[in-house]
Amino acid sequence: MVTDMSTQLGDLVLSNPVMTASGTFGYGFEYEDFMALDNLGAFIVKGTTLEPRQGNDYPRMAQTPAGMLNAVGLQNPGVEHFIEHTWPRYGALESKVIVNVSGAKIEDYVRVAELLAPLEGLRAIELNISCPNVKQGGMAFGTTCDGAASVTRAVRDAWPRHLMVKLSPNVTSITDIALAVEGAGADSVSLINTLMGMAIDIERRRPMLSTVTGGMSGPAVKPVAVRMVWQVAKAVKIPVVGLGGIASAADAIEFIMAGASAVQIGTYNFVDPSAAGRIPAEIDSWCQAHGVSRLMELKGII
Amino acid sequence: MKKQLLLTVSSNRVVAPGWHHMVLEGTDLPPVTPGQFVEVAAPHGATLLNRPISIFDATATTLELVIAPVGDGTKAICDAKVGDSLRVIMPLGKGFTTEFPVGSKVLLVGGGVGIAPLYMQLCTLIDAGVKAEVLFGLRSRPDAEFCKQYEALAPIHICTDDGSFGHHGLVTSHPAFGQHYDMIQMCGPKPMMRAVAASAAERGIPAEASLENMMACGLGACLCCVEPTEKGNLCVCKDGPVFNTSLLTW
Repeated sequence: MVTDMSTQLGDLVLSNPVMTASGTFGYGFEYEDFMALDNLGAFIVKGTTLEPRQGNDYPRMAQTPAGMLNAVGLQNPGVEHFIEHTWPRYGALESKVIVNVSGAKIEDYVRVAELLAPLEGLRAIELNISCPNVKQGGMAFGTTCDGAASVTRAVRDAWPRHLMVKLSPNVTSITDIALAVEGAGADSVSLINTLMGMAIDIERRRPMLSTVTGGMSGPAVKPVAVRMVWQVAKAVKIPVVGLGGIASAADAIEFIMAGASAVQIGTYNFVDPSAAGRIPAEIDSWCQAHGVSRLMELKGII
Repeated sequence: MKKQLLLTVSSNRVVAPGWHHMVLEGTDLPPVTPGQFVEVAAPHGATLLNRPISIFDATATTLELVIAPVGDGTKAICDAKVGDSLRVIMPLGKGFTTEFPVGSKVLLVGGGVGIAPLYMQLCTLIDAGVKAEVLFGLRSRPDAEFCKQYEALAPIHICTDDGSFGHHGLVTSHPAFGQHYDMIQMCGPKPMMRAVAASAAERGIPAEASLENMMACGLGACLCCVEPTEKGNLCVCKDGPVFNTSLLTW
């Protein structure tokens, strides 16, 4: 890289601002044939809960214009399986891994954080208080300032390193929620999780998803995400991580100009599995062509 | 190793009403086993997500697919002209069992365009000295040139719902289905595969079914295409698409 691509989320220094979003990148290994995982600033692994979860019934996915709906429902083998079987496989990549932590009760979030804390190479967790696809917990914590603050505060006490909190766009004022989690001790916020949506198969007269509603993602949500990142970055002092429909270096730069210190590639990993590994170099090329020597010069210029 | 490749369409022929047989060419295509599939990007962004398509046959320089244009994505792929490039991710998933003792008897059952992935499997079984027979349930008859590829290798039995050609009735009512086999391998509509699996189980014949659930990534990352099994929810894209039917709870 010719450009200085480094970025800092408080105490968390990343070689470049491109991460992959939880739930779209498995545990990273699924994408090893398509990129050097080391090219990423970080990768956020699948939402991890205290107990194993089978997730929601099929069908869990529907295509929508320039996007998709999902209702996976946090299927994962549980935190103990992650610690025993997945974490030991990372080796030199440990510093790139961020674990997304989900739960139904505050105590569950805290317990997962406590169990992950001894993994010294794990530099950060992302608190998922914004999953729209689970009946209990998830987004319920992320849609009120009190709920968001109380789960953040509880996990803050249990987790000694970087704490990122992932925010839901399904709220009246995402800025108020961001301020609440900042006040409760979050080191950074990531936004946006999926927008709650719905689609109907009119021929069969049935919802497209087993859960009726689900989370919408993909290029269609990008303008909403850029707007929310811009609003939140103006309101909080902690770093903001932007995501929602990013499919190119240009999209990533757009989020950085809106105020993001880093970005996450989500749904686009399903479209082009090599994209996230390529985007850092493409941002570098863009910066060179535009006389930008340090990428973060562009942060929040709007 | 999986690869993402840009392949060039060298042939695109309608071989039956609603079926396109497409040949794509490139270099250094990764090795494929029968029953695996590819993801094909729909041209012109017709759909955001790629389309999973089973592999008819493949070599280091060619990929052959049989595609039914049923939605926006597959229609855009079938509209590709000779010389056009298509982005392809391959190979994906786990295919059919190919290792049997010499002289074993295997029945391949295909329903509709589900006959496509059975061609490469048939070639592999015949090469390995397995006695394979083929039983197809069809609505429309593929042209002679297409059928010849299967007929050159093994006995072919055809059934139609309306009796317009072949045996009149379901594949499970065909006399060839009542014979004994060491394995039945199939791809087609779920109701057909469930009926075949039930009958095979009654007769103590192991069976494998290739499933086609809606998927996003094709890599086992998104967990959208799950199928409930005795081992919990498994990804059709990564743990399948071919499953031993004893594992399925359908």
